[in-house]
Parts: sequence; C-alpha cells; structure tokens
Amino acid sequence: MTGGETIPIRESSDVIRVRAEVRRLAIGLGLGVVDQTKIVTAASELARNTLVYGGGGHAVLEVVEGKGRRGLRLSFEDHGPGILDIGQAMIDGYSSGRGLGLGLSGAKRLSSEFEITSVVGEGTRVVITRWN
Amino acid sequence: MNTPAINALRSLIADDGGTLLDEWLLSLKAAGGAANGRVNENELRTQCRDFLAALQGAFESDAPTDTHTAAYEPVTAILDEMSRSRALQGFSPSETATFVFSLKHPLFARLRRSSKDVEALGDGAWALTEVMDSLGLHVMQVYQTSREQVIKRQQEEISELSTPVVKLWDGIVALPLIGTLDSSRTQIVMENLLQSIVDQEAEIAIIDITGVPTVDTLVAQHLLKTVAAARLMGADCIISGIRPQIAQTMVHLGVELNMVSKASLSDALALALKRTGRMVVPRPIASKS
Ligand SMILES: Nc1ncnc2c1ncn2[C@@H]1O[C@H](COP(=O)(O)OP(=O)(O)O)[C@@H](O)[C@H]1O
Ligand SMILES: [Mg+2]
Repeated sequence: MTGGETIPIRESSDVIRVRAEVRRLAIGLGLGVVDQTKIVTAASELARNTLVYGGGGHAVLEVVEGKGRRGLRLSFEDHGPGILDIGQAMIDGYSSGRGLGLGLSGAKRLSSEFEITSVVGEGTRVVITRWN
Repeated sequence: MNTPAINALRSLIADDGGTLLDEWLLSLKAAGGAANGRVNENELRTQCRDFLAALQGAFESDAPTDTHTAAYEPVTAILDEMSRSRALQGFSPSETATFVFSLKHPLFARLRRSSKDVEALGDGAWALTEVMDSLGLHVMQVYQTSREQVIKRQQEEISELSTPVVKLWDGIVALPLIGTLDSSRTQIVMENLLQSIVDQEAEIAIIDITGVPTVDTLVAQHLLKTVAAARLMGADCIISGIRPQIAQTMVHLGVELNMVSKASLSDALALALKRTGRMVVPRPIASKS
C-alpha cells in the first residue's frame, strides 16, 4: 500500500478534483479506458453523496496490492447524519433528496469491492476498490 | 534565553564577511532553485540578501528557535511572497522549497567552523535544523495553498466558458457540451438551449456530449430534464457523442437515457435532416457532353 492521498470534500469543485485525481491514478495503474471511466464515475457519485448528504468530508485515494495485482482503493468519509436504513439507501431509485437514487447502488456495480458503514448521528464511510 | 546553541545561531550570519550570500546563491543554483534561469539573477540576489537580513534579526530575538514569534514575521513574510509567486508561476515544489533548504549547507559549514567542540556543534546543529525545517515546512504550506487557489480559479474559469447553441440548419440547433457538467453552469447552458429552441423555432435539438469526460447520475439527470423540457417546447432531442465506455458505465449505473442517440454529431445531423424532410445526396456528376 502506498501512502494514500487525502482530498477534502467541501464544495462542488472538490468533486471535480476527486475525479481528476482518480483518473490520474487509474491511468498510472494502467487501467483501460472502460475501467478508468467506471472508477471515476463511481468516485463522482460517492464524492457527491459525501458533499450533499454527509455535509462534506474527505476522500482517501490509494493504490493497493493484493494477490499479485494492483488496484485503486477509494474511501469516502463524512461526519454527517449517517444512514438509518442502508438496505433502503442501496435500492435502485431510492433517493431521500431529488436524485436518481442510483449513486450508491451504481457505485457498487462499478467497483470490484464495495463496503459501506454508517452510524446515525456519527457519519458514513464508503470504501470501494477496483482491481486491475 | 542565552544558551551556547543560541549564541552560536546568533553569530552565524552576523560574523559573516559577506561570503554567505554568495555561497548560498551557488548552492541554491546547484539545487535548481533558480529554476534554470527562470528567476532573474538580480531579483534572486536581492531576495536572498533580504532574507538573510531578516533571519539575522530573528536570530537576535529572545527565542530564535521558535519560528512562530513576531520576530520571525519579516522572515515568513519574505517566504510567503516567494512561495506564492513561484506557485503562481508554475514552479515545482522542490524548485520552491530549495530556497530554504539550500541555505542549510553554507550555514552548517559555518557552524562547524565556529563550534569549539563536538557538543557545541551538536547543540548548534539541532537548533539550526529546527529553524530551517520549520521554515521549509512553512514554504511548502504556502506553496500548496497557492497551488490550490490556482487550480480552483482555473476550474471556475473553465466552468464559466460559455457554451454556445449553434444553428445547424433551419429548425435544427446543436449544443456541443464540453467539460464538466455539474457546476452552476449546467443550468445556464440548458436554459440557453431552451431559449434557442424558441428563438429558432427549432424542431430538433442535438446535444453532443463528446467533450464531457464523465457522465454520472447528476449529469444524466440534467440531460433527462433538458430533453423533457425541450419536448414541452415542441422540439425533439438527439444525444450524440456517447462514447462506448460511457455507454457501458451508464448501464452499470442503471441509468436509462430513453432518448434518441447517435454515435457522432454528423450521424445526428443526418437523422435530423431526414426527420425534417430533407436529404443529403451526392451531387450528380456533370455529364461531359
Ligand atoms: N454520505 C451519506 N450520508 C448520508 N446519507 C447518504 C449518504 N450517501 C447516501 N445517502 C443516502 O442514500 C440515498 C441514496 O444515495 P444515492 O444512491 O447516491 O442516490 P441520490 O444521491 O440520487 O439520492 C441518498 O438519497 C441519501 O439518503
Ligand atoms: Mg448520490
């Protein structure tokens, strides 16, 4: 694991920055253009959730190694209200706001690994990994 | 405070016969701190001389190893200015930080010569290291903050680039989207399109997304809303330029763009012409008679 890069997410331009950095790392890792697009799009969804629902937080981007391959691990963390019913939040089309409700479930489908932990009143953490 | 270490610091620059500046400039240039001549020689010399004078002032204060005191303000002011201007000019972090770190070598050489024993040298070296590292960190912090400001400003400039709606033919308008779509710009761009549909009495609007790097659910939602609004104004939309990797990603996201789409802008135009009762045919070859 190489020392990750932390990017604060406080405003919508930070979402753009997260995307740009993820793309840069994905290219560096040698991911093909389809996989690049997938992981960048997943990052965009999660970063925006951190901003919109988590009230801001940060992203940690790191290159990881395992089973002889390398991958990109992205963690999104906030100290916002948390999610009461994760099952519901993961349902395609569910949005407590005015979104399409496809961000969380879509990010899961776009990643090799997906992990979400959330505590009401404490915050939310979503970690995704895309293996090369 | 008046420990030997601190006295050593105080005499470092003060007892200098004027050669320290030259030695520093040499070491600075050798380490790339002049950025291959991008920094004006005279300016650099003045900057270094001012810095040494300020540093000497700080060394003579009550707590010369604490760079957060008021005595260090003139020192950090010079560093702030230097770091900021280099960050804005696109210098690398090392080209910037070298300004401070290249001074270590001549200062340590001096310290070695003036220390009477190993213990004095050790104490002096510790005090000097503390100061120089702290100043180096300060430079990096200012550099980083300035770079972030540059990036932010550039992002804002890019997102404010106007996106014109172009008329391709009578009744056909096109909106070539380029760049990021989740800024406040999206709203303006979409309103422009709807306004042109009204002004041009357009029947067909082509939205080309070849230049949009990422289509996430927010962008998709903007597109869906625009298509629905255009329809209400009596125009049909064609989306063009959905690259294969974006099409795949949309499938995984679960987004259904229920709208007519074409691979390229020209395919979209051909369809639009056909829909409005026109046809593009090759010109008959002129007969030779
Ligand atoms: N970081 C978060 N903090 C709190 N709630 C969240 C967070 N991320 C997602 N959610 C909840 O999960 C729901 C589904 O998220 P998502 O699938 O991205 O859809 P959308 O963003 O369109 O609402 C959100 O509407 C929100 O209620
Ligand atoms: Mg979302």
